[in-house]
Amino acid sequence: MSELLLNIQNERLSFFTPAGEVKALNDVTIQMKEGDVLGIVGESGSGKSVTAYSIMQLLPHTGRVVGGTIEFNGHKINEMSEKEMQAIRGNEVSIIFQDPMTSLNPVYTIGNQIREVIMLHTKKNRKEANERAIELLTLVGINEPAKRLKQYPHELSGGMRQRVMIAIALACEPKLLIADEPTTALDVTIQAQILELMMELKDKIGMSIIMITHDLGIVANMCQKIAVMYAGKIVEYGTVDDIFYNPQHEYTKGLLRSIPKLNDTEHKKLVPIEGTPVDLLNPPKGCPFAPRCNSCMKICLNKMPEYTEVNEGHISACWLLQKKEFEQGGK
Amino acid sequence: MGKYVAKRVLTSILTIWLVATITFLLMFLVPGGPFLAEKAPSAATLEALNKRFGLDQPKIVQYKNYMLNLLQGEMGESIKQRGRMVQDIIFSGFKVSARLGGIAILVAVCIGVPIGCIAAFNRGKWLDSLILFFSTLGIAVPGFVVSTVLMVIFSVKLDLLPTYGLTSFAHYIMPVSALAFYPTAYISRLMRSSMLEVLGQDYIRTARAKGLPQFKMIFKHALRNAILPVVTYLGPLLAYTLTGSVVVEKIFTIPGLGNEFISSIINRDYTMIMGTTIFLATLLIIMNMLVDIAYKIIDPRIKFK
Ligand SMILES: Nc1ncnc2c1ncn2[C@@H]1O[C@H](COP(=O)(O)OP(=O)(O)OP(=O)(O)O)[C@@H](O)[C@H]1O
Ligand code: SF4
Ligand SMILES: [Mg+2]
Repeated sequence: MSELLLNIQNERLSFFTPAGEVKALNDVTIQMKEGDVLGIVGESGSGKSVTAYSIMQLLPHTGRVVGGTIEFNGHKINEMSEKEMQAIRGNEVSIIFQDPMTSLNPVYTIGNQIREVIMLHTKKNRKEANERAIELLTLVGINEPAKRLKQYPHELSGGMRQRVMIAIALACEPKLLIADEPTTALDVTIQAQILELMMELKDKIGMSIIMITHDLGIVANMCQKIAVMYAGKIVEYGTVDDIFYNPQHEYTKGLLRSIPKLNDTEHKKLVPIEGTPVDLLNPPKGCPFAPRCNSCMKICLNKMPEYTEVNEGHISACWLLQKKEFEQGGK
Repeated sequence: MGKYVAKRVLTSILTIWLVATITFLLMFLVPGGPFLAEKAPSAATLEALNKRFGLDQPKIVQYKNYMLNLLQGEMGESIKQRGRMVQDIIFSGFKVSARLGGIAILVAVCIGVPIGCIAAFNRGKWLDSLILFFSTLGIAVPGFVVSTVLMVIFSVKLDLLPTYGLTSFAHYIMPVSALAFYPTAYISRLMRSSMLEVLGQDYIRTARAKGLPQFKMIFKHALRNAILPVVTYLGPLLAYTLTGSVVVEKIFTIPGLGNEFISSIINRDYTMIMGTTIFLATLLIIMNMLVDIAYKIIDPRIKFK
């Protein structure tokens, strides 16, 4: 399977804090081919951002991969040095963040910040980089690009700044674009424009996208595959149809129940499911969702559910799937 | 930018004029007169003196004359140091104090800024704790203690450094150290906290995500934002330090402006007190203006006001 662009196998990642080991990722496996658009959904603290950042080694030093492998575009990420990572970041894989208001450096012009990444990863000189920057701003739909290059971030609106962030991310035509809740901080009309732009550019540049979001409406429209995360674990993985029409994990079902109408054109935010998220300092030995699950069984409390293939490419980690088998083989 | 500078210069001039006027008024409000001494001079002498210094004229005329002279850089004759003009005394003292203070500030910035950065990068580690210890010491220990301790160690015990005057490089070491002690500590604290704050900002994460090497991230993206509080502090620091520290100048017997100011107060040298007050205020105002302009250059978000 060498044609995989991204291959994360059983990644376990912990933050070593004074309070103890925070087990942020527990056995995360993700595979993406070129051109794939993967959506990662899950409630706050489920490990979406940590998964994405670990691909770029962007986490603070306290966060360390303690198991599994990450392969991206032929690189063994978790064996690479900081220097080697620098050649990849912003070049082969880029990221855009949630808050465009604070993601650009306030004391440098837009042009400076776009040129910087171009000149870092290509042999272009300042003038050529400037031309490329104008090209990029045009690409992301910013008018009067030559003028914008001379402006500072505070002179631009939030939507514009996110477009600039996208321009920076796409400057070196990355193979993978990670979008960590790219529209959460923007208002609804701008959100739609930004998402449309991303899909348009994906086809133009031919990159893959990891879309991290709280918004199930966004993943339904944009993504082919969806990974549902809970407590640092992918609890269900499948196509949009699998997840929306044939959900298997109790947490996924809960998520879907929390949106009133699926085909509603309005994007609805997830309503949190009752109960509190797991304490990642002391994760339970059984299913992490058990305390909040209505169908919880005895085995759920004692044993971590294994992945079961529901149909091809659709897997879920819930004991209910194997209930029948238990009842036959158990006792 | 040009408009901003012009505006800033204009308001500064206005402020200086206000300070000069208030100083002038205050001089008449304080009890006693310049010629009062234990042995009161005779009425005739007093009259002659008042005439010589123009004090016999109506207040408003005195004020007008003083302001007109001030415009030409004239601050009148010193009442106690007969025959010397106030501006000359100030200038000769200032030359000494400013050189000493300038070196001290340079030292403070060159040591304080990198040390603060190092502490920030090593937050929570032993190096940070060590720096914290010394900077707390630097902030807590007053200048006269530092000066005395230095003197006892390097002059009295080791006999390495001269104790007074400013005639060679060796003469500068102790007074500069004494002067730089507090600002170095303070700048390193300022720098540490602002650097830590900046390092946690989203745009630093963006810089990392671009693949920028560490040094570029620090020197281009972090430092320029983190240095702003230090620049702000530099305004008043420059004004106070360039005009000389009374304590350090007294201890090391340096003929600087700080010394001059204190003796003018003790001697009730009215024209000197007025002159130095106006001079110090002017310097402070100018330094603050320069800081504001520098701030504007470093951070484009500061709006023209
Ligand atoms: N620097 C850190 N130190 C300790 N724990 C951390 C750190 N960063 C993240 N975590 C932990 O890792 C877990 C996953 O965090 P992550 O940011 O990936 O959540 P998320 O799914 O992106 O949530 P959100 O929707 O709020 O962005 C959280 O429970 C958090 O407590
Ligand atoms: S494994 Fe058990 S507790 Fe976990 S989701 Fe499935 S039924 Fe609920
Ligand atoms: Mg997140």
